[in-house]
Amino acid sequence: MEILLIIVSAIFVNNIVLSQFLGICPFLGVSNKLSTASGMSAAVCFVITLATLVTYLINKFLLVAFGLEFLQTIAFILVIAALVQMVEIVLKKMSPSLYQALGIFLPLITTNCAVLGVAINVVTKEFTFGQPSHMLGLGEAVLYAFATSLGYGLAMVLFAGLREHLALNSVPKSFKGVPIALVTVGILAMAFMGFSGIA
Amino acid sequence: MTKLQLITKGLVKDNPTFVLLLGMCPTLATTTSAINGLSMGLATLFVLVLSNMAISALAPVVPDKVHIPVYIVVIATFVTVLQFLMQAFVPGIYATLGLFIPLIVVNCIVLGRAEAFANKNGIVDSALDGLGVGLGFTLSLTVLGAVREILGGLSVFGWKIPGTGDGMLAFVMAPGAFLCLGYLMVLFNKFVAKK
Repeated sequence: MEILLIIVSAIFVNNIVLSQFLGICPFLGVSNKLSTASGMSAAVCFVITLATLVTYLINKFLLVAFGLEFLQTIAFILVIAALVQMVEIVLKKMSPSLYQALGIFLPLITTNCAVLGVAINVVTKEFTFGQPSHMLGLGEAVLYAFATSLGYGLAMVLFAGLREHLALNSVPKSFKGVPIALVTVGILAMAFMGFSGIA
Repeated sequence: MTKLQLITKGLVKDNPTFVLLLGMCPTLATTTSAINGLSMGLATLFVLVLSNMAISALAPVVPDKVHIPVYIVVIATFVTVLQFLMQAFVPGIYATLGLFIPLIVVNCIVLGRAEAFANKNGIVDSALDGLGVGLGFTLSLTVLGAVREILGGLSVFGWKIPGTGDGMLAFVMAPGAFLCLGYLMVLFNKFVAKK
């Protein structure tokens, strides 16, 4: 039951883009085409899950164990940057086709605030998920991160689909480009607000 | 470019929010009221000025291959300093802004200025550039925050307009952030931006 709650709450109710405002830059930047949007979502999904796993362990066994919590921000961003680099190298060797498909998106994920945001959130915030509020265990944290990144993908793909249609319409000159996209996201976010009643 | 131009260009011509479209996450997330927007803007300004100065001083000795990691560590250090200062002196605001203070590290404005300006200009110019861009960011966040506060809560800088009821709550929540920024951008394109 709790697993289901974590998944539904992370994907729909607290959608990372539409209600937590994380990862907006790539969300607006690469959502012009459905294919690039899904490529970016896959890369983000991979990195968020892996980064949360690694930073959770580092936080627990290095930072907290030695009383160095104040280094969290610096340590996490370094870990994420190193991790992205490593994923890049491994992918290049193991699966050149996937590496080609993700292209420029991979290195850009370092500065995607969704990754750092989720990593910091799971080790500092208390969550409920139908139980008394508690800090997340490793399993829950990784599941939450994975579900959150699925939510990112969902928002990204939905929005890219909308934008492909938008490109075919004629809009007033001042609205062209980002303004009309923001208004569209606003309406999309309103639709997602309806989920808040569920969990 | 004169010293004065360095400071004023960020306000309108190179406004980070409305023209360059950088730093969207804090722009949308922390502007639930004018005060919150102003505080987030000032926090970013603090990091921008200091990191610009430090990076401009360090740039000649940093090997080109590792310059991005070095810059990120410099920025992360100033963000940590800012976190301590805010926790000590303004704990209320620190709690409200929450996650978005550590996330200044990944704000593209800060790294963007380091790459585009600070690493090839002097310390004083870099500080002024950080100040200018930071002021532009603060201005847009405050305006966006004020608009959302007026529509959502019918109050201005925390002062409730007398004789009014409740505002439209949606404007303080997520959809309102996107809608307000979208429409403000339209107004900016229409009336302010030079063609």
